[in-house]
Amino acid sequence: MGKTYVVVAEVRGGSLRQVTLEALQVVSIACQEGDSTAAVLIGSQTTKLASELADYVDGKIYSIDHPELEIYNPETYLNVMKSVFERVTPDVVVLGHTAQGRDLGPAIAAQLGAGQISDVIAIEKSDDDEAVYTRPLYAGKAFEQKQFTGGAQVVTIRPNNINPSEAAASAGEVIELDYAPSASLRSIVKDVVRKTSGKVDLTEAKIVVSGGRGVKSAEGFKPLEELADVLHGAVGASRAACDAGYCDYSMQIGQTGKVVTPEIYIACGISGAIQHLAGMSQSRVIIAINKDPEAPIFKVADYGIVGDLFEVVPLLTQEFRKVLV
Amino acid sequence: MNIFVLLKQTFDTEERIIINNGEISDDGVKYVMNPYDEYAVEEALLQRDQHGGTITVVGVGPDRTAEALRTALAMGADEAVLIGNDGLTTDEYTVSRLLAAYLGQQSYDLILGGNFSVDSGGGQVAVRLAQLLDIPHTSSITKLAINGQQAVVDRDAEGDTETLEVSLPAVFTAQQGLNEPRYPSLPGIMKAKKKPFHRMSIGDLGLSDSDAAAKTKRISLSLPPKREAGRILQGDHAQQAAELVNLLRTEAKLI
Repeated sequence: MGKTYVVVAEVRGGSLRQVTLEALQVVSIACQEGDSTAAVLIGSQTTKLASELADYVDGKIYSIDHPELEIYNPETYLNVMKSVFERVTPDVVVLGHTAQGRDLGPAIAAQLGAGQISDVIAIEKSDDDEAVYTRPLYAGKAFEQKQFTGGAQVVTIRPNNINPSEAAASAGEVIELDYAPSASLRSIVKDVVRKTSGKVDLTEAKIVVSGGRGVKSAEGFKPLEELADVLHGAVGASRAACDAGYCDYSMQIGQTGKVVTPEIYIACGISGAIQHLAGMSQSRVIIAINKDPEAPIFKVADYGIVGDLFEVVPLLTQEFRKVLV
Repeated sequence: MNIFVLLKQTFDTEERIIINNGEISDDGVKYVMNPYDEYAVEEALLQRDQHGGTITVVGVGPDRTAEALRTALAMGADEAVLIGNDGLTTDEYTVSRLLAAYLGQQSYDLILGGNFSVDSGGGQVAVRLAQLLDIPHTSSITKLAINGQQAVVDRDAEGDTETLEVSLPAVFTAQQGLNEPRYPSLPGIMKAKKKPFHRMSIGDLGLSDSDAAAKTKRISLSLPPKREAGRILQGDHAQQAAELVNLLRTEAKLI
């Protein structure tokens, strides 16, 4: 009998996240003859999204729709997954390596007694047709290729690294499952402050404008934000800028902090310490703006401008505006 | 309050990675406590200051892990436990099973760990442990307030902040911003030498090597392609800005 793959879809801001389609692509590569695919969609008012998802899944889509599921809660979501697993026994569960997937993945793995390969950036097949997963070590200073040794498997994949799946040959079948709220939850979400609404997510941004000690103050991020706005990009920071209190730690890029792989990375006033380089050196094109011509960041930059970021960045914003508007 | 902190020893983040004979070379490498675990130790100290109790730091790893555990003792933790894994191939599955076997025999109110380790970075062990112990967890917290058997935590969810109420005992993993980890003081380092330090083997936990067999295996290692320095743009800043935009359009074809 073939293996059963289960993709856990993710909803953000009322839409399916692209990483869900990337997870489906991983499944279509990993799949062998006779395997089957199912998807799980958990949320509130998921009917429309379920039929959208059905276009990509040649199999069953379990849709669990309840107001209590609007916001991710490790306990309620895991309860839902357990109820799904009563209907379908998974061999492989695939999730995004996102705030939700990073949390739900290991919980599912523990429940299934499964191995897990986290933060996968590429998948290929070995000579004997088994999946081989590539993932970063030390935030990208090295890479390892891993395989499972047996038993159930959980895989989380990093957004933006694997091409999203194309629509399936035939649409899947949506199955609505009931949700029974539990009276005895041990964790309850009381409040969510959406600091990121309307903004491009840092790890998914195609363009990142990043500031270091050279931005000098919280105020100093203003020109970087303006540039990012014009480019529909996100703003990041180095550890030095975060430690100095210029910005929130959620913006930190590096070995501690986030790893980003945008198409364009614009480093402003960042010297380029090895910890920072680990978090961004896989970007496609790196641009460095720094007053110090000896700054190590220029050694990895495709294009460098030696100068004061407060003079250069506004001029860049102006130039981009000319060609983009 | 009985507080346990999960500790891992990692390469210092300053280290470059060198691959030798298909393995990551640890020649002359400086080891440190995983930076995210420092926040967990600090939070344990802050919570003990407020609510009293004892802090036990627990690590799974080779003998050198003792150094990171001693650092935590020097910061102010009360006891350390090192579960040895010399000669074993472990992954997150096995480490969480070893920790669960140990903690299953303890009485705990609060278990803290780092959000992920800066080496393998799987971010699995603490969440798996919570499931194995059948207690709630919140990962990536930036704030923790405990009142009786109830904790209120802020969780960083990709930039958004979620506030949760969680009943203890529970597992929490520390995100940057949770606190400012202290440095071990000299008297702290001296005192640490006299604090209880327990070494345990897998057998001591009632497990066999096959119970602890990894579910995943590494088949190869590689380094990222080396980046070459590109070009420094010339002219005044206005010319440089115009040239850069032009290069991104014509050469890189990204705009």
